[in-house]
Amino acid sequence: MNVAELSTIVVWGATTAYALAFGAFAFDLARRAEVSTARRVRVAEPALVGAATGSVADPTGGASSTTRPAEDGAAVTDGGPGADTDEPRGDAEDAGNAEATDADDAPAEYRPGRALGIAMSVTTLGLVLELAGIVLRGIAAGRVPWANMYEFTVVGTFVAVLTFRLLTLRRDVRFLGAFVLGLSVVALGLGLTAFYIPAGAVEPALQSYWLVIHVTIAVIATGMFTVGVSASGLQLLKESRESGSPRLSHPRFGMLDQLPSVRALEGLAFRINAIGFVLWTFTVMAGAVWAEHAWSRFWGWDPKEVWSFIVWVVYAAYLHARTTRGWSPKAIAWFSIAGFAVLIFNFTGVNLLLHGKHSYSGLDTGS
Amino acid sequence: MARTSTPAPLPAPAPAAPGPALPRLGVRGALRWVWRQLTSMRVALMLLMLLAVVSVPGSMLPQRPQNPAAVARYLRDNPDLGTWLDRLGFFDVYSSVWFSAVYLLLFTSLVGCILPRIAVHARGWRARPPRAPRRFERFEVHDALVTDADPEAALEAARASLAAGRRFRVDTDTEPATARTPAARTVSAERGYLRETGNIVFHLALLGLLVAVATGQMLHYRGQALVVEGRGFANTPAAYDTFEAGTAVNPDSLVPFTLELDSFTARFDTAGKPTFFEAAVTLTEPGAAPQDHTIRVNRPLDAGGAHVYLAGNGYAPQVTVRDSAGQVAFSGAVPFLPQDASYRSRGVLKVPDVSTGDQIGLVGFLLPTAVITGDSAYSAYPQPGNPVLVLQVWRGNLGLDSGVPQNVYQLDTAGMTQVAGADGAPVTVVVPLGETVDLPDGLGSLSFDRLPRYVALDLRYDPSLGWVLGFAVTALIGLALSLFVPRRRVWVRVTEEGGRTLVRTAALARSEDVGLVGEVEQVLDAVRELGPADRVQGSPAAALDEPNGAASARLSGAVTPGGAAGRDGDTEDEDERR
Repeated sequence: MNVAELSTIVVWGATTAYALAFGAFAFDLARRAEVSTARRVRVAEPALVGAATGSVADPTGGASSTTRPAEDGAAVTDGGPGADTDEPRGDAEDAGNAEATDADDAPAEYRPGRALGIAMSVTTLGLVLELAGIVLRGIAAGRVPWANMYEFTVVGTFVAVLTFRLLTLRRDVRFLGAFVLGLSVVALGLGLTAFYIPAGAVEPALQSYWLVIHVTIAVIATGMFTVGVSASGLQLLKESRESGSPRLSHPRFGMLDQLPSVRALEGLAFRINAIGFVLWTFTVMAGAVWAEHAWSRFWGWDPKEVWSFIVWVVYAAYLHARTTRGWSPKAIAWFSIAGFAVLIFNFTGVNLLLHGKHSYSGLDTGS
Repeated sequence: MARTSTPAPLPAPAPAAPGPALPRLGVRGALRWVWRQLTSMRVALMLLMLLAVVSVPGSMLPQRPQNPAAVARYLRDNPDLGTWLDRLGFFDVYSSVWFSAVYLLLFTSLVGCILPRIAVHARGWRARPPRAPRRFERFEVHDALVTDADPEAALEAARASLAAGRRFRVDTDTEPATARTPAARTVSAERGYLRETGNIVFHLALLGLLVAVATGQMLHYRGQALVVEGRGFANTPAAYDTFEAGTAVNPDSLVPFTLELDSFTARFDTAGKPTFFEAAVTLTEPGAAPQDHTIRVNRPLDAGGAHVYLAGNGYAPQVTVRDSAGQVAFSGAVPFLPQDASYRSRGVLKVPDVSTGDQIGLVGFLLPTAVITGDSAYSAYPQPGNPVLVLQVWRGNLGLDSGVPQNVYQLDTAGMTQVAGADGAPVTVVVPLGETVDLPDGLGSLSFDRLPRYVALDLRYDPSLGWVLGFAVTALIGLALSLFVPRRRVWVRVTEEGGRTLVRTAALARSEDVGLVGEVEQVLDAVRELGPADRVQGSPAAALDEPNGAASARLSGAVTPGGAAGRDGDTEDEDERR
């Protein structure tokens, strides 16, 4: 087994770890849903008890509240900084009237449990593995390991998960985990199966320090936008639920009630997207400088250039929509999602369908 | 344009609305209305999205500036649709009227928006922080404490902590006692003017970028030359295979340097993927001694104020053709164009100068590492391991005297017939390097003497590059400032109540701001250093101690998203909104 093969195996390991972490994050979201369902049920719809908790391990609302104290202990040693955010407390107050009459019921409040701890540990393990895979790939290829679609996918997911992991150090955004990890697992799976090519040297056009600068920043920007769009997606879901969407009012989506407010999610998405936008601006500019060196023009409307420009314009529109009075958080979130959709097309569609100077996937797409 | 794209109805005609505030809706009124619409954020947003949409077809359809051959192919394959698309400019989208209209309107809108904001910002630059509002409790971020320290000292501590490092612009003020409130001293502080400065700089730099690029279009020139090893070219428009220049370029003004290709080195990995290209050249600039240089793909050469790029490379077989009389009818290197990664290259030899008989045309392939088995011939590797020419022979009139310029890579077979063997099948001539082969029909012979390489060089002169880069970097810095510099206001009110000193503070941010809580706490910490202090009942201590979730939830609630950059120049709008 050579270094390149070892790298691939390690990346598979990282993908597995992310998949496990995704499962644990999803389980945690389900718990959040359960908590919120339990509360709802007590407050308003006693008839729904069976149906609501049927999807959860505990068949009765009472049982679920007896298991909670044990998990509370775990949460305390965990630090559990986000446990008592304002939002859930506000909800508890809303429900307070009903609960007061129901005095012997323990307050149904979500506390981070073991699943979340496991999810975070496995995420960290996955990051370590993925970093090892990236370094090994670089050693095997004898250059920076982000010169084709497979490598870009690996480094991009690494940055997305790392961004998420670093964010959790400062703010409790662990609810984003299922989304960021889920997207990363899908991307890595595609990368390992559809985009994979063996490690090797790159053609002369790529032999430039700009490969390090331009692509590194592009990867980081992509990672940022991934986290940003996760927040925007959650914001839209939560908003739909709050406005009584028939589909999202199902108790299964109760975890949405446990998230920060729509405003807070919107603000979070904005802060991350703003960083992504500045990095993307730099990516486009660095790409122009490189194009000037390699292709004798800084801008030539190559398909990749066109779509990078479109990504930039859509995110610029997003920022402007935000500073315009009268735009709802919902409309703004759709801009964020549109920007990300264009970004993804720029990475996949432009590389594989449109033929330009950026066709560096290394895959034979049969032009 | 703005009128049709805006759902807002026109104001009622002038006679029906005699109010003095409404402009008469004559030509001037209509223009003013159009201008207001154009410079509104709503239309700017629509133009931005429109710009994204009109950019798309250029990536889907072949574009003439990039690939004229693909456009011709598309027109041949889709004659009906193609003609219409061509008329509408779809094969040169980025110079089309509609694309230009969108971005020019967008930039007009930008100018109309940015100019009033510059004026407002310039006034704001000299302005003092707004006075302390009456009730701090209305703010999401506020806190208070009581201390035994002297009110004057507490005020000074708060002021100094805000003024430290010139972070805040700070004013102090005195409020007389009223029937309901005691006399108070206040501190007003504001920071983050750089946020709006950055925003304005960013937009102006974009404008500068557009102007710089447009200027470059007028002043630039570009030439492409194909140079075989051992040959050279001079920097004059005639020496280039293709040459194009901006409207403001005088073709006689080119710096007349000469460039000679000494050798070209290409390396490939075992799989045949290129790993290294380098051209060794000799540059002779006017009045200077010849100098040796190298050009690589990412390392252009500076020559005569222009950049010379290595754009491509290939083989130019050196051949000699003798006619039926044994006279040398052609001798020279003929560039063949690589068709694939193995450098299977296609080329044409035109031999018009025969001393007797028909003119000769030879069409076919060069195989650098030829593998020939039965009917099939291919190249196994891009390096010249076993170079072989595989050519088909035509005889007749090459049509070179008709006066119509011909493509050197194509044979005009209209006046020619293909030489066929006894079985009627076309004859294929196979010539390995260093050998001479007789042509069929007694047409003469062909020698494959040497196999030099050639390079395709791109020369580009664009004096605007420095400006383009400068504006781009300025835009990036402005953008970062406008997004990351926090704009904050902090107020402090110090009163004496019941023999102790009550210090209250509140803070407001222009946009989402995680650091706002810290500002308030820093002020109170400065006061706490003066002596023992107690929390005030009802101050939001819990939320402030919370490092994440809760605090940010409060903050984003505190601020409306319509913060920075009110498009109507109303940059002080947060005061109304509170």
